[in-house]
Amino acid sequence: MIAVVDYGSGNLHSVTKAFEAVGAEAGVASTAEELARAERIVLPGVGSFAEGMRSLRRSGLVEALAEQVLVRRKPFLGICLGMQMLSEEGSEDGVHAGLGWIAGRVVAMKPSDRALKIPHMGWNDVAPAAGGREFFAGLPAKTAFYFAHSYHLEGAEPGSVAATTDYGGPVVAAVRKDNIFATQFHPEKSQHLGLLMLRNFANWKPAARPAGGVSA
Amino acid sequence: MVKGVRFDDFRDVGAPVTTAKIYDAQGADELVFLDIEASREGRGTIIDVVSKVADECFMPLTAGGGVRSLADFRRLLLAGADKVSINTAAVENPALITEAARQHGAQCVVVSIDVKAGADGRAEVHTHAGRRPTGLDPVEWARRVVALGAGEILLTSVDREGTREGYDLPLVRSVAEAVDVPVIASGGVGSLQHFVDGLTAGKASAVAAASIFHFTDQSVIKAKTFMKQAGIDVRW
Repeated sequence: MIAVVDYGSGNLHSVTKAFEAVGAEAGVASTAEELARAERIVLPGVGSFAEGMRSLRRSGLVEALAEQVLVRRKPFLGICLGMQMLSEEGSEDGVHAGLGWIAGRVVAMKPSDRALKIPHMGWNDVAPAAGGREFFAGLPAKTAFYFAHSYHLEGAEPGSVAATTDYGGPVVAAVRKDNIFATQFHPEKSQHLGLLMLRNFANWKPAARPAGGVSA
Repeated sequence: MVKGVRFDDFRDVGAPVTTAKIYDAQGADELVFLDIEASREGRGTIIDVVSKVADECFMPLTAGGGVRSLADFRRLLLAGADKVSINTAAVENPALITEAARQHGAQCVVVSIDVKAGADGRAEVHTHAGRRPTGLDPVEWARRVVALGAGEILLTSVDREGTREGYDLPLVRSVAEAVDVPVIASGGVGSLQHFVDGLTAGKASAVAAASIFHFTDQSVIKAKTFMKQAGIDVRW
């Protein structure tokens, strides 16, 4: 069972339906118990960083998420704002602390080409990096995904960047760290190739410990 | 980049879903659902259509028509819309733009601007499906809604709508150059060249059409092929 976290933000309907379309069992989860029962967890998100973090804290699910994802190491997928909130801090509507699961901060996009419009809205080609290859299995070398955002992740550890795109400069399109995978784009809105990526996530078996890591 | 479908009759939910699936299969980049009579008739929004389409089409969906409140935004987003378009409500209650952007992010707040010639012949913003003049200048209004938090502008020339004469290119260009958010041109497409004109001469970020797909044998596939051959960077 894939639990899609309901914290008052995010496109829950589309995400659960997209997983069902690839034959995965998915449902909305809004309690710690539901997260504990889930095999995989998805954190969607639409909206501002400040509002998203407020909603997440208000939901009382921050600790339960950390328990299931960081301690129990369940496969985790963050989407759009659900990726941004994993970072250390965001600067949308004032500076706000994120979950701090991955390095970096979320800042306003400033494309070098002044003619490029913000929000970055629409389809853009995504290039997988080493850490993201398993999620791109079965996809063409050049795949466009749907983006809709004005802020992006900066200062990520190079090793955690799972995919990039270009919008007047490089933009982190996905991150991956241990059992955590997250995308700036919307796989659930990227037609059949996006669904393929969700299927890859539904089948993903992250290593129990990071390669070369030492058990604590 | 091709986007856009307008439905003006939502009473039969089956037809929009079937049509949406066809556009999805043909590689449309985005679908726009506007219940353009909703504000006039005081009907609710188009949640049923969005929800049924979102069950089967995993692609960007914009929905609008009769959206009045943050609660309407939330309902449409929960139903599966990615963006919500407001028109009459933006004019009557501009604060809604800011509140919606703060709550849901600028990227999901689309302000739909319907333009037609006013009594003095100058371009003027209209609400209530093009029936009510507002006295607002399209460029000034576009700048203002972006300052208030709009993340995208859907610009429709009501005078061109359904004429197949092509976009009102001077209008599209004046708005596209005035704001730094994406502008989608709409209203008047009658040939595939009109899409190219909207992006090049009109400087729109995206082009929308409905009639050409509904009532002719032109398809999204043909449109994208034509645009690609014209040197436009389309998704393939």
